[in-house]
Parts: sequence; structure tokens; C-alpha cells
Amino acid sequence: MLYNIFIDPFVQMVQMPDLLVQTLWEGLVSGVLYALIALGFVLIFKASGVFNFAQGIMVVFSALTLVGSYEKFASWGFSGPVAAFVALILAAAVMFVLAVLVERVVLRPLVNQPDIILFMATFGITYVLIGFGEMVFGGDPKQMIASELFLPSGAFDVEMLGGRVSFQKLDIAAAVIASVMIAGLAVFFQKTRIGRALRAVADSHKAALSVGISLNQIWVIVWFAAGLVALVTGIMWGARSDVSFALEIVALKALPVLVLGGFTSVPGAIVGGLIIGVGEKLGEFYWGPLLGGGIESWLAYVIALVFLLYRPQGLFGDKIIERI
Amino acid sequence: MSIRNWVLALSAASMLAMPAIDSAQADDSIYVPLFTYRTGPFAGSGTQIANGMHDYLTMLNERDGGIGGVKLVVEECETGYDTKKGLECYEAVKPKKPVMVNPWSTGITLPLIPKAAVDKIPVLSMAYGLSASAKGDIFPWIFNPPATYWDGFTQILKYIAEQEGGGIEKLQGKKIGYIYLDASFGREPLPLIEQLSKELDFEAKLYPVAAADMQNQSSQWLSVRRDRPDYMILYGWGALNSTAVKEAVKTNYPMDKFISIWWPSEDDAKGGGDGAKGFKTLNWHAVGADFPLIADIQKYVVDAGKSQVSDKSKVGQVLYNRGVYNSMLIAEAIRTAQQITGNKVVTGEDVRRGLESLNVDEARLKEMGLEGFTGPVKLTCADHNGHFSTFVQSWNGEAYEKVSDYITPMNDKVGPLLDADAKAYAEKNAPWPTRSEACDAS
Repeated sequence: MLYNIFIDPFVQMVQMPDLLVQTLWEGLVSGVLYALIALGFVLIFKASGVFNFAQGIMVVFSALTLVGSYEKFASWGFSGPVAAFVALILAAAVMFVLAVLVERVVLRPLVNQPDIILFMATFGITYVLIGFGEMVFGGDPKQMIASELFLPSGAFDVEMLGGRVSFQKLDIAAAVIASVMIAGLAVFFQKTRIGRALRAVADSHKAALSVGISLNQIWVIVWFAAGLVALVTGIMWGARSDVSFALEIVALKALPVLVLGGFTSVPGAIVGGLIIGVGEKLGEFYWGPLLGGGIESWLAYVIALVFLLYRPQGLFGDKIIERI
Repeated sequence: MSIRNWVLALSAASMLAMPAIDSAQADDSIYVPLFTYRTGPFAGSGTQIANGMHDYLTMLNERDGGIGGVKLVVEECETGYDTKKGLECYEAVKPKKPVMVNPWSTGITLPLIPKAAVDKIPVLSMAYGLSASAKGDIFPWIFNPPATYWDGFTQILKYIAEQEGGGIEKLQGKKIGYIYLDASFGREPLPLIEQLSKELDFEAKLYPVAAADMQNQSSQWLSVRRDRPDYMILYGWGALNSTAVKEAVKTNYPMDKFISIWWPSEDDAKGGGDGAKGFKTLNWHAVGADFPLIADIQKYVVDAGKSQVSDKSKVGQVLYNRGVYNSMLIAEAIRTAQQITGNKVVTGEDVRRGLESLNVDEARLKEMGLEGFTGPVKLTCADHNGHFSTFVQSWNGEAYEKVSDYITPMNDKVGPLLDADAKAYAEKNAPWPTRSEACDAS
């Protein structure tokens, strides 16, 4: 048993280095996509202190809006890349309307309420979006319009290390798009006036209000940004599988990332996502068979908790010292 | 009185009136609840089945005025494929005296097994649920025709052996991978796999997929690449199926050696593109809408706007027809119950007897407008499943086409294991009631 735990996996890594590289690549791709989901949570938590339970259904809803709109256009004889990009703009617009509605109907009336009330309100948003999405788009799975959006298909097969490593073009595109999006958001929030306002709101709502920052405007912007992140996440995950309500549970994968990276740190979401992605793939592939397989769903939490033993404040969080 | 008060008063009055309406329905109608899931992670599979089930029963109401002149009250309860919600649905429909329940989830079926005899509500878990519940002497209230998950697994093994050019001895030394939803459904055949791998001397490699990772199966398929199984068997549901097909294509796994139990739909295969051609699944009924009965569903329900199908091309697809088949069993059990008891408005107990005497032969299939749709179904007091044959269908890029003859299950292997499992279930749940229900002469 000890051999199987401590020796055999490493022997496999040495004997089949191509599979090790493939596993690391799959882990990195998953990690980038987990980071994207986690980013949606972090943005909203930073701005309003709310853990947005609805982030998962926002992924589904935005992707369904995109594909559903495209299907509607196609039924009118308007299809192809132009229709796909019009549908993409429409989906982004719907996420903006959703952000405005959430701010007007949910956040504004609940301002100054305890965080748990706002958290429960996001449950309400989830069920409203599930019902509305099902009513408008139905429950049938839909195919993501990947080729119409010029997302590549196929793979680069590279002969290396005595074997073959396959890099899916879609995965490469996902990694690039996610990286660009994350970098863009980082620049937006670090270098622009609105970004600085957001950070002020994150530090203190009252202090931000006292210097004339509009909380309501910031909330709309942040929920819209989270909606755009959800849309990109939905496109990427939808292209890997299909667009259905099953995408909602993919959002669960962001929880260990948030535990590890912290709820308020954008770099934490990124690095946490990569650590969880690579860690769970390596764990499942090399150690999973010892435990009957299927361990990655809980292994991610174990990895996060082990990190927290040594850094309770998360990867990039500051130590919080409270005077008592 | 203000408008608000009027609204409140009317709401209260209608709530009070509801039980009266229900009991009125119970006197001159037959209540058939349908546990469905049109939302949630498994809605992709559940919606089509729900449509097929709903549309068939609605068609009977519209065309024939119900069954034997008695209207069916068809009511859906949304479970989301969630066991807890499914049990809430059961408790909600129980007071309305349903003639049977169709849980449409192995996870929901399992906790209903002990309840069925107490509440006198038969459970029809069509080709899912507990395989051992086929034993009518131990489970008089549970029915799972036309084949169990254990039957399905042995049918796939027989097909594999046939592809290898002979009988089941050809499985010797083979490596067979089993990728499955890590839930009650996918775990159901594990005892059989363990037993048969020893008896038939093949190596079984297990690849469980948690529900949260249905759309993220790269680890499992990397393991497939490492283990290089000769054949892969899939027991998936919802997005697990479509992702598995895509991952198999991505891994360059030979699709003609990738065989599923009977649940994948056209959408599941379509997502794999051209690479998915050759993907195989079991089935026991036809695909397509070219049957008089389905034409009637089109005419009386779909075209009349009484169906929830979003796209008419879905009518006739695998899972829609599966729903139709399920409702055909419901309707025939009710019809048989009416014949046995002489009652028009039948009860759960009557329909249980109807299921035990169910005999849908070729003549009856033709009479219903389902000639060539499926094989005959005959259940007995002792055998609540039938262990009927299935065939293999292959995805050609556009549709599934039948590529094998009917394959019987390995009854000699499955039978003793079912007996042992049913006995073990009764012992584990002691004191399990001894069957007191009399058998009708069939």
C-alpha cells in the first residue's frame, strides 16, 4: 500500500512523461476555467460583501441567452458569424439589464441589511433565473455556437517524451481568452477611476459614500462585469460539453478556489484556480485509482484546506489582527 | 373591501376549495402523477422523457376520452432529479390516491421501495432502479420492465463477445472500462461487474464521475488513455453522456468500441461531431415518428398546442419515444386492471394487479398503432421485469440506426445474483414483509 501511495505514482510519472505533461496541461486548462468562475464571485464579493450564490446560474443564463438568441435568428434565416456576434452582444446586453435589475430590485432595497440577508437574496435571484431561463429557453441541451464565434476545433498533437501530447485548440483558446479577460479586468480595476472607486467601496461603503462615490453605480458595474465573466465562462464550458442547466453545478468548482485564494483577491482566484486545477487532475490520475476513483470532487477541498493550515488568510490575503 | 383584501379572500377560498376538487376527481377519474425534471442539471435528458410521457397520456384523453371511458388526471411534479425533491413529490401526490408513481430516478426509487407496500402505490421504475426488484415474490409493489441495469450490462458484454467473433469465452483476458455516474444509478451494476469479471476472466476498470464533474471528465479519459481498455461501457445521464462522447472523440478512443446503456439521446451524440460516428447504445424500441400511434400524438397533442415540446423534430427521438413507451406501460396496466377488476375507476392495488398481469402482445401493439415499435411485454406475479432482449444502435452522424439483432441477457448469470441480492435486501431491511398479495391467474 505504501508503495502504491508513495512510489508508484512517481514511477508512472517517470515512465510515462507524456501523460504527466498531458495531465498538467489538462489541469492548467481546468484551473484557468475555475479561475474564471471564481473571478465572478470575487468581483461581487469585493464590491458588496455578498457571496453571490447566483453566479452559477448566471453562467447558464448568459450562455442560454447567447445560443437561444442565435437559434431564434437562425429560424428567421439570419445565421453565421454575424448573427453569432449579434447574439453575443445581445447576451451581454441582457447581462447588463440583469445587473441593473439586481441593483434596483434586490440590492438597493436591502442596503444596510446584514450580509446573510443579501446572501439569501442571491438564492432568490438563482431560482428566478432558473425558472425564467427554463420558461424562455426550455430544458433541452443546446450546442454552443463555437465555430460561428470562430472558436477553433481539433487538436495539435505533439510527439514528445516518447509519446504524444494532445493540445486541444479550444483549450488553448480558452486559456488565452480567459487570460486576456482577467488581465483586462485587472487593468480596469487598478488603473481606471471606476476601478479605484470599486476598491474604495470594497474597503468601506461608508467612507466611499462620504467622498461622493455612487454605490448604486458601482454595484451595477460590478454585477455587469460578473455577468460578462459568466458569459465567457458559459461559452468556454459550453463548448467543451453543451449548454444546459448542468453548467450550473460547474460553479461549485469555484468554492475550493475561493477558500484557497480568498474571497477578495483577484490574483488569489487565478493562482488558486491553477493550484486546484492541477492538483485535482494529478490527484485523480495518479492516486485516484487507489481510492476507487472519482476523488477530484472532494480532493479540491482537501488541497484548499491543507493550504489554509499554513496560510489561514488564504494565498494573498493579509493577516487580520483584531484587538480584543 | 380593498382590492388587496379581495385577492386574499379569493386566494383563501380557492385553497379551501382545492381538496374538494381533488376528491371529486378521484371519483370519476384516474390520477396519474408524473415525476419529471424539466429543470436542473439533468433536464437535458428529463425534458424529452417528460414530453413523451405527458403527450401519450394526453393523447389518450383527447382521442379516447381516457382509458375505458375514464379520464386520466395527469399531473407533473418537478423533482430536478433530486432525491429529496422526489420524496417531497411522493408525499404531495400520495393523498390524491395515485394509481402508480414513476420516479424517473434510481435515487428516488430506492427510498420508495419500502413505502410502496405500506401506501399501496405501485412503483414503475422502467428499466432503472433496483435490479433485484424484478423479484415479484419479495417486491410485489415494484416493477422495472423491460430489462434491468444488470441485464443491460450482460447484453453489452454479449455484444462485445460477438464483435470479438464468438461466445462469452471471448471476453477472457479483455480489459473493459466502465465509466459511470457516481450515484445510485451508476453504482447499481457494480456487484454484477465484480462477480462477472471473476467468472468470465476479464479485467474491469472503473471510472466514476461525480455529478459535479459531469462536464469535466478529462481525468477519467486520461486514465482511459493510460489503461487502454479494449471496450468502454457508459452508464451516464444528462450532461455526463454528451461530455463522455466529446471526451472519447478528443482522446481518439475508437467509437465502435464505446457502448452505452440505453440512456444517451441524439443530442448527446451530436455534440461529438463527425468523430462520434459509430458510438453505440442499447435500445429496445424504435426511433422515429413513423407509427400510427405517434401520428395520433402529433395530431391530438403536438399540433393542437397541448404539448411542451419546444421543437417538433424532437418527437420520435430516442428519449421522447422512451417516454411514450413508459406511458404505454402505464396505460396498459390501467386497462388490464380495469379488465381484471371490472372497475372503471381503478386504485393503486388494482393497477398493481394490472401490472402483474400485463400482456402486451404483437396483436395489441398493432391495435395500438405500435406495430414494429417494440417487442411484446409480459409480466407475471413472480417476474416484474421480463428480462427482455435489447438491441444495439449506432450513431451515424444524423440518427441512431439498429446494428444488431435482439440480444438476450445472460439469465443464467444474472438470475442467481438477482435472487441473492433480493434475499440480501430483505434481510438487511428486516422485518421485510412476506408477500401477502394473491396472484391473479395469468
